[in-house]
Amino acid sequence: MRIPDSKDFWSGIMLIAIGGAALIIGRDYPFGTALRMGAGFFPLVLGAALVLFGVYFAVRGLKSHDRIEGNWSPRALIILPLAFVAFGLLMQHAGFVPALFVLVVGSAAAGTEFRLIEVLLLAVFLTALGVAVFVWALGLPYPLFSGP
Amino acid sequence: MELFQQLIFGFSVALSWQNLLYCLIGVSVGTLIGVLPGIGPLGTIAILLPITFNVAPVGALIMLAGIYYGAQYGGSTTAILVNLPGETSSVVTCIDGYQMARQGRAGPALAIAAIGSFFAGTVGTLLIALFGPPLAEVALEFAAPEYFSLMLMSLVAAAVLAQGDMAKSIAMVALGLLLGIVGRDVNTGFERYSFGITELSDGIGFIVVAVGIFAMGEIIANLGDPEERTIFGSKVTHLFPTWDDMKQSIGPILRGTAIGSFFGVLPGTGPAIASFSSYMVEKKLAADPSRFGRGAIEGVAGPESANNADAQCKFIPMLTLGLPASGVMALMLGALQIQGIQPGPEVMTQRPELFWGLIASMWIGNLMLVILNLPLIGLWVKLLTVPYRLLFPAIMAFSAIGIYSVNNSSFEIYLTALFGVLGFVWSKLGFPPAPLLLGFVLGPMMEENLRRAMLMAKGDPSVFVTRPISLTFIIITIGILIVMIAPAIRKRRAEITD
Repeated sequence: MRIPDSKDFWSGIMLIAIGGAALIIGRDYPFGTALRMGAGFFPLVLGAALVLFGVYFAVRGLKSHDRIEGNWSPRALIILPLAFVAFGLLMQHAGFVPALFVLVVGSAAAGTEFRLIEVLLLAVFLTALGVAVFVWALGLPYPLFSGP
Repeated sequence: MELFQQLIFGFSVALSWQNLLYCLIGVSVGTLIGVLPGIGPLGTIAILLPITFNVAPVGALIMLAGIYYGAQYGGSTTAILVNLPGETSSVVTCIDGYQMARQGRAGPALAIAAIGSFFAGTVGTLLIALFGPPLAEVALEFAAPEYFSLMLMSLVAAAVLAQGDMAKSIAMVALGLLLGIVGRDVNTGFERYSFGITELSDGIGFIVVAVGIFAMGEIIANLGDPEERTIFGSKVTHLFPTWDDMKQSIGPILRGTAIGSFFGVLPGTGPAIASFSSYMVEKKLAADPSRFGRGAIEGVAGPESANNADAQCKFIPMLTLGLPASGVMALMLGALQIQGIQPGPEVMTQRPELFWGLIASMWIGNLMLVILNLPLIGLWVKLLTVPYRLLFPAIMAFSAIGIYSVNNSSFEIYLTALFGVLGFVWSKLGFPPAPLLLGFVLGPMMEENLRRAMLMAKGDPSVFVTRPISLTFIIITIGILIVMIAPAIRKRRAEITD
C-alpha cells in the first residue's frame, strides 16, 4: 500500500498520537462527578476531542490531494534545537560565555550560508553584548565561566 | 466630565519619564521588527517578556503594547518601499503602496499611511476609554457560568475567524487547552502529565511555548524557504502628500478606521482581515476601480487605518474582560499574570493607573511613531539590508537568554527546543499557531470556571443555559458555528483568507 502524503492525513496522525497519549497517560486520573469534577475530567475530554479531530483529518486526508508545500531544511530542523540544547547544558556546566558563543555559532551553522570569519565575529559581538546587557546591566546572576 | 478626568490621570501616568522611555523603547523595537522580515510582534514580545519582570506592571505593559502597534507601522514601511509585507497586516498595502513607490510617490504613500494610522490609533484609544468602563461594569456581574460561556464563545470565534482551515484552528484550541492544564491541579493538587519532572509541576511555561513556536519554529521554517527580496532603489523625496492626495484619503481613512474598530473587538480576526475588508470597500466605492493596483492612494490610506484601528481595539476585550482576542493579546494577558495581576474587570477599578496609563501611552506612542517614522525612513530602509544569516542567530541568542532567565532552568530551554520543532511541524501541516496560544492561556481559567459553575449549580449542567447572559453567549457560539458551516459562507471565507 502507498503511504499517503497528504497534509490532512499526517495532521490526523499527529492529533491521534497526541490525543491518544493524553488518554492513555491520563486513564487513571480521577474523573470525579458532575458536581465535583476531578482532575481527570478536562484532560480526558480534550484528549478524546483531539482523537476525534485526528480521525476526521485522517479520513479526509485519504481523499484529499493537498500536499505539504514549500521547501524545508532538515539541517535547520536538527541543528537549531541542538544548538538550544547545547546552550542549556553549557549554562549548567561551563558558564554564560561559552554557552552563548556556542549557541550563536551553532545556530549560524543551521543556515544556508556559513562564512566562518563573519560567524565568529558575530558570536564575539553577541556574546559581549549579552554579557554587557544581561550580566552587567541587568545583573543576572550567571557566572561567565564555570567549572564542569 | 469623568472620562476626561480619567484620561488626564492616564496621561499623568504615561508622561512620567520612565513610562515615556518604555513607550519609546517599545515603539522603536516595534518599528524595527516590523521592518525586519522573519520576526513578528508575537515572537519579539515573547522573547522580551522576561526582561519586563523587573519593570513595574504599567511600564511593562506600555512597552509591550508599543512593540505591538509599532510593528504595524514598520510593516507598512517595507510594504511600500520593498513590496514586502513586514507583517501580515500590511499585505494589502503592498498592492498600491509599492506601485506608488515605483511611480516616485513613495513619500506621500508613507506619509498617508502614517497619518491614517495615527488617526485610527487616536480613535481606537478614545473607543477604549469610552467603552472600557461600561463593559467592565457589566462584566463585574459575571459569575463562573458566564465566564465559562464567554471563554467558550471567544475561543470558538477565534478559531472560526482565524485564517486557514477552521477545523484545524479548533483542534489547535483543544491542544492549547490540554497543554495549559499540564502540571499540578490547583483544586486537588493532583499532578497531570508532569511525569515526575519538578519543572512540569508548575505547568509548561507560557514563554516557553510562545518563544518555541513563534521564534524558533519561525526560524526553522524561514531557513527552509528563504524569501527573495530586492530593495527598490528610489530615494524618498518630498514626503508630503499634495492637497489632492489628502482629499482623496479622508474618506478611506474614516471608513478604514470604522472597519478596523469593528473587526478589532471580534476575537480571532487578525489585522489582515480588517485591512483586506477596507481595501475591498474602497475598491467598490471608487469611481474608477481600475486605478486600484496601479498606485491608488485610497488603497494605502484605508487598509493602513483599518489595521491600526484593529490593533488598538483588540485591547478592549483584554483589558475589560480579561479575554485575549488574538495571539498578541494572549501574550499581554500572560505578562499581566506573571506580574501577579489577575486579568478581568477588576483591573480597571483596582489598578486604574494600569488601564488609563496604558490607554494614554498608546496615544503618545502613536504620536511618537509618526515623528519617529517619517524622518527616519532612510534609517529603517538601511536596516532592511541586514542579511537574515546575521539576524537569526541573534534572535536565537536573545530567546535563549530570555527563557533561561525566567527560572534559571535548563529544562525549559530543552522544552523550548521541542516546541520549536512542534511549531515547525504544525505550520507545515497548516495548523495556525495563534489559536493554540489562546487555548493555552485560557485552559486553566476555563477549567476553574467550569468547576465552580458546576459546584454552584449542584452538578446541573443546565446552569449554562438558564442564566440569561450565559445563554446569550452559548447562542452566539452555536450561531457562529452554524453560520460558518453553511457552505456559501465557507466558500466566501476561503476566498478571503487565502
